[in-house]
Amino acid sequence: MTSPLLKIENLKVHFPVKGGILLRAAAHNKAVDGISIELEQGETLGLVGESGCGKSTFGKAIVRLLKPTEGKITFEGTDVTDLSRKAMKPLRRDVQMIFQDPGESLNSRLTVGSLISEAFDIHGIGEPAWRRTRTLELLEQVGLPAAAADRFPFEFSGGQRQRIGIARAIALEPKLIVCDEPVSALDVSIQSQILNLLLDLQADMQLSYLFIAHDLAVVKHISDRIAIMYLGQLMEVGSADEIYADPRHPYTRALIAAIPEPDPARRNRPKMILQGDVPSPINPPSGCVFHTRCPHVQDKCKAEKPVLRDLIASDGSPRQLACHFDL
Amino acid sequence: MVDQSEKTAPLLHVKDLVTAFDTEGGQIKAVDGVSFSLQPGRTLGIVGESGCGKTVTALSIINLLPKPTADILEGEIWFEGEDLASAPIERLHDIRGERIGMIFQEPMTALNPVHRVGRQIMETLKLHRDISDADALRATISMLEKVGIPSPEVRVSEYPHQLSGGMRQRVMIAMALICDPSLVIADEPTTALDVTIQAQILELLQDMQNKLNTSVIMITHDLGVIAETCDDVLVMYAGRVAEQGSVDDVFNNPMHPYTQGLLSSIPRLNSPRKTKLPTIEGMVPSLTDMPTGCRFNNRCPYADELCVSSYPQLDGEDGFHQAACHHWRKIDAQLHSGTTS
Repeated sequence: MTSPLLKIENLKVHFPVKGGILLRAAAHNKAVDGISIELEQGETLGLVGESGCGKSTFGKAIVRLLKPTEGKITFEGTDVTDLSRKAMKPLRRDVQMIFQDPGESLNSRLTVGSLISEAFDIHGIGEPAWRRTRTLELLEQVGLPAAAADRFPFEFSGGQRQRIGIARAIALEPKLIVCDEPVSALDVSIQSQILNLLLDLQADMQLSYLFIAHDLAVVKHISDRIAIMYLGQLMEVGSADEIYADPRHPYTRALIAAIPEPDPARRNRPKMILQGDVPSPINPPSGCVFHTRCPHVQDKCKAEKPVLRDLIASDGSPRQLACHFDL
Repeated sequence: MVDQSEKTAPLLHVKDLVTAFDTEGGQIKAVDGVSFSLQPGRTLGIVGESGCGKTVTALSIINLLPKPTADILEGEIWFEGEDLASAPIERLHDIRGERIGMIFQEPMTALNPVHRVGRQIMETLKLHRDISDADALRATISMLEKVGIPSPEVRVSEYPHQLSGGMRQRVMIAMALICDPSLVIADEPTTALDVTIQAQILELLQDMQNKLNTSVIMITHDLGVIAETCDDVLVMYAGRVAEQGSVDDVFNNPMHPYTQGLLSSIPRLNSPRKTKLPTIEGMVPSLTDMPTGCRFNNRCPYADELCVSSYPQLDGEDGFHQAACHHWRKIDAQLHSGTTS
């Protein structure tokens, strides 16, 4: 069996919450609290959760924009958890990121051309003439005119700016792209254009995606596998079709039921509305972190934390669930 | 449904509304000739992408437009027997909060951070009713309880930052409903909230509406929210109405190519994975650079010379489900022959 492209073992990212006059760490925000998951070459793993569940922190830790507190990240068999900045440089070519708001993530003082060819400068790839040609090719690949190279990011719409962000991310022909809410800031008619572009690029370049989003319908459309995250932990992992057709975790069921469907005929379907708010990750609930909102809560859930256990899915695909019960 | 809407007098009737902004580049018509009616007790959804004029339409109704840059140039806004477009501002002060409640997208910016939430709700009540402080406080606590805030007698004296996003939106709803208005305008009320909280708030809004028989204008970019909560819908594009009708008619049998494109481009939970989604090519034209004729003509697969030379008026089989498209009959016939053959 080949080793996975990316292997995450018990990853934790805790942020100190400072208090008192000496500003000592009074508590810790457990944004990511013990996540283990693998990602295969060419696969799209969707990561779904509500705001504050730690999904963006997880994405940033994988590209090492944040240093993990604990755990191990293995990329193509190499442990990259504690690599220095310098030793990280080859990894940066292979792992790229696309951000939610391309208006904020693009330097407004650089032309689109220099934004894209910046990557070649940093990694010392090619001669200036080659860099220019390659930049124009990349623009074409993401559906922008060659004239865009000499213009500035503010001259473009949100959807076009996201295309620029994508051109930057694919410039070094990476193996993995972490997409952090890449379409949630875009209008409906533009969302589908960007999703189609990501699908095309994946087919052309054998890319792997970690696709982070809160919209389960979007994630289901683009992903092969889906992981459901709540308060820094994984609740359920499975193939995209299985997660939707047969959700096993009460939180997954609630998430699917809560999505407003653009079909008036489905208006009166049974709904399961979760009560209360997401608890604070600084002081997460004991036992199962979901127990404060779970409609099936038992005493065991308050005392004992469920492990992410393996299940057999009905179609034979690997499936994991963090719940004490088979509901 | 058509008969019913013709018999009863509408609560709100907007006629040929034109609202414009003064900019350095000249006058821009953000809303350009919008007409619609809202029947008592019903929910009208206004849906469209950023810049289509849905929020400006709503703000025009209660004249909360940013002055002096924006103003209503033309049109009538008939609400409970008076024309709000020509009413003096003092009259609007009386109507806002009393007859028409507002719920905004981001309750953190809509609520005053330095006043306790109870005081902000009571303010509305005291402004419009002759009521003692003690009675106003009692009414406020009871309203907070109705909108599902736990321990309302404690929460009433808390500040907005002490509440979660979902709780703040509940406070906004309490404030909008405290004077028992006949119309509530909700501008993207759940866009800033997580899905599980959004489901709570939408359920609460529908619950309250059923109890109080309030009419609601729901402004959103989310077609799912429209399908779940509205009776009727107005699809806006580039400052004009592209299509209007009951939610069932518009979603099941969209007439305008823009509505058809929008509905087919959204990924759905039950659609096949990793397939290419149908798209609407190009993007919304800038308000400073509108195409002549139909504003959708540069993105429309059916556009011809007629679409460039003249703007289509709303038209349809009945007076209720209508689209602003020259070719809706032809497109309709084409789509239906396509599905049968």
